[in-house]
Order: sequence, then structure tokens, then C-alpha cells
Amino acid sequence: MKLTLRVWRQKNADAEGTMSTYEVDGISSDMSFLEMLDTLNEELILKGEDPVAFDHDCREGICGACSLVINGDAHGPERTTTCQLHMRSFEDGDTIDIEPWRASAFPVIKDLVVDRSAFDRIIQAGGYITAPTGAAPEAHATPVPKPDADFAFEHAECIGCGACVAACPNGAAMLFTSAKVNHLNVLPQGAPERETRVLDMVAQMDEEGFGGCTLTGECATACPKGIPLMSITGMNKEWLRATRKVSKR
Amino acid sequence: MTYTDYATGEPVTDTKAPKGPINERWDKRRFEAKLVNPANRRKHTVIVVGTGLAGGSAGATLAEQGYHVVQFCYQDSPRRAHSIAAQGGINAAKNYRNDGDSIHRLFYDTVKGGDFRARESNVHRLAQISVEIIDQCVAQGVPFAREYGGLLDTRSFGGVQVSRTFYARGQTGQQLLLGAYQALSRQIAAGNIEMHPRTEMLDLIVVDGRARGIVARDLVTGRIDTYFADAVVLASGGYGNVFYLSTNAMNSNATAIWRAHRRGAYFANPCFTQIHPTCIPRTGDHQSKLTLMSESLRNDGRIWVPKAKGDDRPPNEIPEDERDYYLERIYPSFGNLVPRDIASRAAKNVCDEGRGVGPGGQGVYLDFADAIERMGRGAVEAKYGNLFDMYQRITDEDPYRVPMRIYPAVHYTMGGLWVDYDLQTTVPGLFAIGEANFSDHGANRLGASALMQGLADGYFVLPATINDYLARNPLGDRVDAGHPVVQEVLAETEDRLNLLLSVDGDRTPDSFHREVGELMWEFCGMARTDSGLRKALERIPQIREEFWRRVKVPGTGEEFNQSLEKANRVVDYLELAELMCLDALHRRESCGGHFREESQTPDGEADRKDEEFAYAAAWEFTGTGEAPALHKEDLVFEYVHPTQRSYA
Repeated sequence: MKLTLRVWRQKNADAEGTMSTYEVDGISSDMSFLEMLDTLNEELILKGEDPVAFDHDCREGICGACSLVINGDAHGPERTTTCQLHMRSFEDGDTIDIEPWRASAFPVIKDLVVDRSAFDRIIQAGGYITAPTGAAPEAHATPVPKPDADFAFEHAECIGCGACVAACPNGAAMLFTSAKVNHLNVLPQGAPERETRVLDMVAQMDEEGFGGCTLTGECATACPKGIPLMSITGMNKEWLRATRKVSKR
Repeated sequence: MTYTDYATGEPVTDTKAPKGPINERWDKRRFEAKLVNPANRRKHTVIVVGTGLAGGSAGATLAEQGYHVVQFCYQDSPRRAHSIAAQGGINAAKNYRNDGDSIHRLFYDTVKGGDFRARESNVHRLAQISVEIIDQCVAQGVPFAREYGGLLDTRSFGGVQVSRTFYARGQTGQQLLLGAYQALSRQIAAGNIEMHPRTEMLDLIVVDGRARGIVARDLVTGRIDTYFADAVVLASGGYGNVFYLSTNAMNSNATAIWRAHRRGAYFANPCFTQIHPTCIPRTGDHQSKLTLMSESLRNDGRIWVPKAKGDDRPPNEIPEDERDYYLERIYPSFGNLVPRDIASRAAKNVCDEGRGVGPGGQGVYLDFADAIERMGRGAVEAKYGNLFDMYQRITDEDPYRVPMRIYPAVHYTMGGLWVDYDLQTTVPGLFAIGEANFSDHGANRLGASALMQGLADGYFVLPATINDYLARNPLGDRVDAGHPVVQEVLAETEDRLNLLLSVDGDRTPDSFHREVGELMWEFCGMARTDSGLRKALERIPQIREEFWRRVKVPGTGEEFNQSLEKANRVVDYLELAELMCLDALHRRESCGGHFREESQTPDGEADRKDEEFAYAAAWEFTGTGEAPALHKEDLVFEYVHPTQRSYA
């Protein structure tokens, strides 16, 4: 396959960015999207040009590092991560636009690489269960009903890639935050911190400069792990409940 | 003197493992270890490199104990360490199934599975701690699979006949890592951990014979800085990426452990690498990495190839009696669940015979037709759905309808920095945990044991043993950036990067990585020979020389520069590869993942030579390209008596 790539190039956080055009040839349909970019970069290095910087690591769709907006869609046309997108999803002769995540809470570091440390700070605000090492009771002391365990798992699948934010017209991080709130709040182990968790995480989310939610649902459509839109409703319920409960105390 | 003329130095001994009954040793060691008064802990700084299962759990636990932790990862977030990609599960001797499991059985299975090349004391401790890990993770909210009664579900894995593997669908590593990451996040928020993401360790600082800090580069600004501590913990993972193609993450690398090795830490059993039997075969030269299909699939999938050579009919058209379910045929009692090394070699053998399937004949079938008929598609989907989806995504084939094609790939490295029972390396104050050390898996790791070891080391072992070092070694003068040794290490690092940037040759760093990787796969992969290893040992210094003459790294060191990161990692692969080949050459026996063609039984199984090789080979660095010195640690088996492993 022969393709035309229009790639966002930006030297560093302070520099102006621009779309640059490159031609790549000899692309196999079995290649992953990132292997196609590897091919481009090998050529750029040999030409003495700066290769395109992009985040990637496991290339198995689980680490959440890769983060490209492809033809306007976070992670491209398939519902998966960029690293699991294959060139068979494109046609010979296509022109492909490649941009970084666009959100004010995710500033660009270089080219297609953005700073997602805001997500870490949301987790630090309360996305955990306080369980110091060694203090744990026997695992079977607290049975968890299977539907609750499955619900927790479904939300715990979030890989923290940020596609939800990139896809959202408001740049909101509601799906990311709600996934963790739902995962931990449904479990009996998470109950003691149920209220503080949701209140603190939402407060941190707001502080990071993510936008508000208008339930457009783009986030859930872009999510490579299928975190459901209902997750946000669940968090809103938790937040209201916590607000009432805390104000009564 | 050539590289292969290595000298044999003094034996290395583990002075920390207590004597006495094996089930009392860990208690005894914890009691004998000196403690640091809780009020004094905050005065101690501990550096932790890496945030995977081992590093994440260690950082969180040390911070909970009151130490000041300074932690590093090259990823943009500690949540992305490659432990996240572990699929199948984590072993624990809970015996919830009442199927005859026990701590002793897990200990026995692990020593036997490792082909009698692991240290008994360490393995027994691992088995003991396994039960606490599950409790710990459940308390953190790790959503393990559960039965309808609300209790935890388990499944079986290769090399064992009990069902002791706890799992969270095919994403157990992800869920365990997020548990550790969340514990770590709590400590970061509390101000007990100073976290440096996107920062890569480039060298170790050793002052007066003790590890006192590291040199690290901020990958965003390019700034190279020094960091100081009272002890340094390496949790930087394995070195499988030396093979270029592996199931490791693209950026997983050997730099932290290799640089520590160059500063005095012995490197043990570097040739013990695990080739995982169930990976998706490669499709072409563009391939950048290989993807594992969890071993758990072997619970229900049946592995086969056509009986006839060159049979290129589609799998569904090959009748039952023309298929060879070779693992079930050769190993009737373990069948498709033989250990990984055996399953991988068997796959290689049938492909070498010309019975391989798929492009290039480098593949075997993993067939779920029987399982789907027996359990129904829904049940198969519930158990393995995400793995099937991943397979389909990559290959464009539907594994519910046509059998998967799989082929072995480099997956895990059992070798690593030599450590004693306290997980301390030969450099005082330098500890290595998780895959970065060599301690628990011998010559072959059993499935679902890596997660167990990483978490055992990080949550329970290191936090108990590091106290002893800190309590017994009052630190003298403070080390700071002005110290002459620090200046020297910093200057060496800067010189190395500057040199990489100044060569301005005509080959990319990746092309050298690929070249050395292919060489290693051919001569130091699934089957090794004296002549092949010698060929590789001749070739590696030539590639190294060419690298320093022809590599091309664009850009500067004072910016985000992924080519520079890569080139610097390749520098270390080009040295480590040589040591791996030498270790493989010197070990003239077959054991576990190390198969020397000269040393096999008449039916092609690994022929171990206990009289000569029942030791761990710990290598001391003497200079780039210079013959290293070999220090042997004799392995004594008091509880599990070495026999030829039989899974028939």
C-alpha cells in the first residue's frame, strides 16, 4: 500500500505546531498502525530528519500508552487502541490525518505525545482502597456476589489511555473518573471510603481543567475497553448520595 | 585473552538464608533481621527503579512503613509498566479447591518446574507468601473472577495438576498492577513517594563499595541528573528484548540491570530465557513485537499439527485421524498442560520436521472446536473472550471458527542480577526484585508464577529484609552531586550519550537491535549448540564495533528524543548478548529453557548434568568485551530431590 500521511509536528510544549505531509510506500495490510509509523520513522532517521514522536509501549492494547487521533477519531476507525489497529482498515492511496489527543488538560509534549499526568492525580485523590500491606483479612472472609464482582471488573478494565477525553467535545474526564469510582464503590472493601472517594476524585478532576459532561456519549464510543456510558450516571448517583450523606454528618 | 577464556573465581554463597527446617527459615530470617525504629525511617531514602508489580508494591509498602521513597519509571505513568500485560493469572497455595494443594506442593512444583536450578529456600518462601498475596490484593479491590457463591474462582496452569491459579479474565496482570499502582498513588498523594515518571535510570552510583544513588535522564527535557539514597532497589524487569522480537513492551530494556552489573553486581544465569509456547506467529519483516496468547488457553485448547508433512489443506478439512495432537501423544498425563519449555520445544520439533502450519510453516494449531462443543460458545467466550478478540484483531481470523495458529516466542528471563536470600545483590545496598533478579524460577518459570514472585518480593520480602541492611549500615558522609565518584559517573553517562549523537552514521539504532536480536534467536534461542554459540560470540563484537561506527541518532540530548533512548538501550543489549551466549556455551547441559542439542536423552528431552552443573552461574564484569569471571553458587537440594523431569 502507498499512503499519504498528514502528521502533527510540534517541537516541544512551547513551539507552534503544524501538519506535515509524508508519503509512505510498501505498507503491508498486516502491519499495525504503529508499525506503519515505525517504517516512516526509519526512513526519516536515514534522511537526517527528526522522527515523529509518539507514545507506545506494550503494543497489545493494554498499557494505554498509545494515543493518536486518526482521521479525527481517537484511536482511529476501529474500536480498539491505536496499537491494535491494523493497516487492513485502510485502502491503498488513502490520506490519513494523525494528530495528538486534543484537550486542554493534556498539553502536548512533542509531536503526538501528550502529558496525561492529570489522570494520575485523579487516582491519587482517592482512586484506591486503603489497605496497607499485611493488614488484609483472609480473602474468603468477604464473599462478593458475582454480579458485583463482574460489574467491578467491567469498570476496572479502563487502561487510562485518555481516548474518552480526546473524543469528548468538552474535554471531560468523566468516563475515566467514573470507571474507577464504580469499580471500587461497588465492592464491600471499597465501602468505608465510598463517599470521600467520589467527592475527592471529582474535585480533582475539576481542578485539572477537564470540561463538564453534557452526556454526548462520544467517550463511550471511543473507549477501546468498552466502559459503558452508564458508568457516568453511576458516578453522578454516587456523588449525589455522598454529598447528601456528608452534609448530614 | 579472548572473551570465552573466562576465569573461575571464588564461589558465591548466600549468607542470609537461615539453616534449619525449610518452613521455619523465613520466620527465622525476619526475626534475626534488625529493624529500623519507625521514627528513624523517614530519615532514610530508598530509590526504587520501576513501577511494575515488584517495584509498585515495594514502593507503596516501603512508603507505608515510613521510608522516604524516590521512585522512577520510563513510562508516562507508573500504571503502564509491562506487568500490565500479564494475562493468565497468579498462583497461590490456598487449596480452596480441596484438590490436594499445599505450600509444600507449590514449592515442589516450582523447584521441579525450574528443572532443579533454583534455590530451595527462596522458592519455599515464595510458596508461603503466595497465600498472603491473594488476601492483600482482594483487600485492595482487585476484581478476581468469582463463583456464583461469591467466592474466588481458580483454574489450572502448565506443569501442575491442581487448580491454584487466581485470575481476572485474561487481564490478571492489569488488575494486580492497578492494585499496586493505586496503593502507590495513595503514598504519592501522602507525600511519602517522590515519583519521577518519564525518567530513565542510566547508571548506578557506588561510593565506598555501597550503592548510594543513580544517574537518570528526564526523557522530556533530556536533563541528566543524579539522585541519592541509602539503598537502591532495581525492579526494572527482564531483558527479553535483547532478542528484538519478544512479548515484552517496546521500551522494556536491560539498561538498569546491565549498568548495575558493570558497577559490580553479579549477573546470574543470563542464558535462562523462557520461550513461551503460545504466541501469535509473526507476519513479516515489519514485525515490531510478538503477542502472547495466555497459557490458560491450554486448559481447553488442543494443540495439533497435520500428521503428514507439507499438508496445506485448511485445518477444518483435515480429518481427525490425520491430525497429530502431539503433546497429548507424547505426554499423556499432562497433555496440553506440560511446562512451557517442553511445549515450546515440541512445537519447534514438529515445525522442523516440516509439519508446521501457516505462512513459512512456523506455527501449530491451538484448537477450541472440542471446547466449544463441550462447554458451548458462551462459556468459552466468558473465559477467554478478550484473548479471542485480540487474536482476531491481529490475525483477521475468527478463532471460534478456525483454530488459532501459535508459535513460541521469547517471553521471560529467569536469569538476572544475582541476589541473596535478602534479595540483595553483590553490591551492598543494591537490591533486585521481580524479574530483574534470578532467584526463584531456576531454568524455567511455571505459568502464573511471575506475578506471584513480583508481588511476593515487593509487598513482603524486600520490605522485611531492607530494614536489616539499613539498620546495620549507618551511613557516613552524605553523598552529594559534588562527590568525585558522582561526578565521574555523571560524566561517563553524558559522554556515552554525546558519543551516540556524534557518530552520525548510516544505520538506525533499530537496525542494529534487529540484527543482534535475530542472531540471538538463531543461536541462543530454543536450541543451542557449541558451534552456533561460538559463531554468535564471534559476531557480536563485530556488530558492536559497527554500531559505534555507523549508528545514526538524530536530534540532540537536550530534548525529547526517542531515537537516543533506543540507541542507548541497544548499547547495553550488544554487551548483554555476549554474556548470554557465553553462559549458554559454558553450561554444557540442557535444563529447562536452556536446551543444548549436544545434551539430550534418546527421546529428545533435556538431559541435565547435575554433577557438573548444579549451580547458579554468577558472572562478574571485568570490562567491555573482556572475559568475565565466573562465580558458582552451589545448589543444594534437601527437600526436592533432582530427578529427570517427567510429564509423560
